[in-house]
Amino acid sequence: MKKLDRNQMAARVARDIPEGSVVNLGIGLPTLVGDHLPKGREIILHSENGVLGVGPRPAPGEEDEDLMNAGKEPVTLLTGGCYFHHADSFAMIRGRHLDFCVLGAFQVSVAGDLANWHTGGADAIPAVGGAMDLAVGAKKVLVMMEHLTKKGESKIVERCTYPLTGARCVNRIYTDLAVIDVKADGLHVVETVDGLSFEELQRLTGVPLKRLLTAA
Amino acid sequence: MRRCNAIILRLVIDKFFPNPEAALADLPDGATVMIGGFGNAGMPAALIDALIAQGARDLTIVNNNAGNGDTGLAALLKAKRVKKILCSFPRQADSWHFDALYRAGEIELELVPQGTLAERIRAAGAGIGGFYTPTAFGTRLAEGKETRRIGDRDYVLEYPIHADYALIKADRADRWGNLVYRKTARNFAPIMASAAKCTVVQVRETVALGALDPEAIVTPGIFVKRVVKIAASLQKAA
Repeated sequence: MKKLDRNQMAARVARDIPEGSVVNLGIGLPTLVGDHLPKGREIILHSENGVLGVGPRPAPGEEDEDLMNAGKEPVTLLTGGCYFHHADSFAMIRGRHLDFCVLGAFQVSVAGDLANWHTGGADAIPAVGGAMDLAVGAKKVLVMMEHLTKKGESKIVERCTYPLTGARCVNRIYTDLAVIDVKADGLHVVETVDGLSFEELQRLTGVPLKRLLTAA
Repeated sequence: MRRCNAIILRLVIDKFFPNPEAALADLPDGATVMIGGFGNAGMPAALIDALIAQGARDLTIVNNNAGNGDTGLAALLKAKRVKKILCSFPRQADSWHFDALYRAGEIELELVPQGTLAERIRAAGAGIGGFYTPTAFGTRLAEGKETRRIGDRDYVLEYPIHADYALIKADRADRWGNLVYRKTARNFAPIMASAAKCTVVQVRETVALGALDPEAIVTPGIFVKRVVKIAASLQKAA
């Protein structure tokens, strides 16, 4: 089988974002999705720190320290974009005005619980940022993560062992092995990567999966 | 303002202060201080430097982060002036001063989801006694808090965060304290301005009354007490 690399995963998520959507991309891996949105498809990116219409990274030397994304990386503003304060920004999030958010994850449960902010370790310094607001607020919560931990354990689990970011909030999971929908009656496999059968994905994942479509 | 004919008495509203030291001279030990900025964007570096020099201690700080690198808020933490911090995202690659204090048990952390932090600040400024938010329901950050089911959703009760002082950065101000900002440096500043008893603003430029487009003023001067112009070369953290 051919696992997707980070850019392929980002491109796969980007493919599913329709024209006209307003989208928030989480820090880290999800931010890559912005680089893969099809040219010419009009999509508005939201950033927690008060931007609608986030544009690409500026050319070297053109950075403006007053124009950052939520990951504190320099960005640009698209024509038509605007700025606003933090309470308005989270009104957009919590008030269900965003069509999609894309978040990274440590674990997602069969019920769609999301754990992505804290390992719970005694020495770990917790940091939550806007993740809990995005998890409850976006109309669709998309998770993007590697399917397995470095030890080979499934990150899709019966019950999250890490502290939750949100309960029953995830709609779809994109991994380097598969695309999986979270529905009321369980996890539905939408597709698997080339050379990976449904049965093999099921073996690797551990929790029960349903076959939505014939695996590629 | 012009009511006295016999005596020439003109009561001018003038919130301009000559320097950060004068603007922060009365900030007492134990104060709760909101500091604007999201990372370095909008961080009022000159005001924070003045606060460090001023010497107030046992401060409670409200900011989205817990300091980056060695300047600004990080320097205030390093100087051990902060007993407690309320923030959403303390852990960063360059948050070493906070990390060291936290691991040594020398600073108290109240971790607040970013939108809840913003809304608690907004609520304080708007005179709201509390609000129910769906954020964090069913998580560790809602433990011990009152919850309520409203319609088909579960909510967590959150309370406002009031401050004694807010230190923020804006782009331009007039002497009434009307403010406009620059790009994402706006972030928490407008809501913090409304939530503090004494809001002190660091600006790049001061302008004559009437020079700011009334349609474009973001923070009306009613929320601002003191304005200090800081030369552009000194705006950034050293």
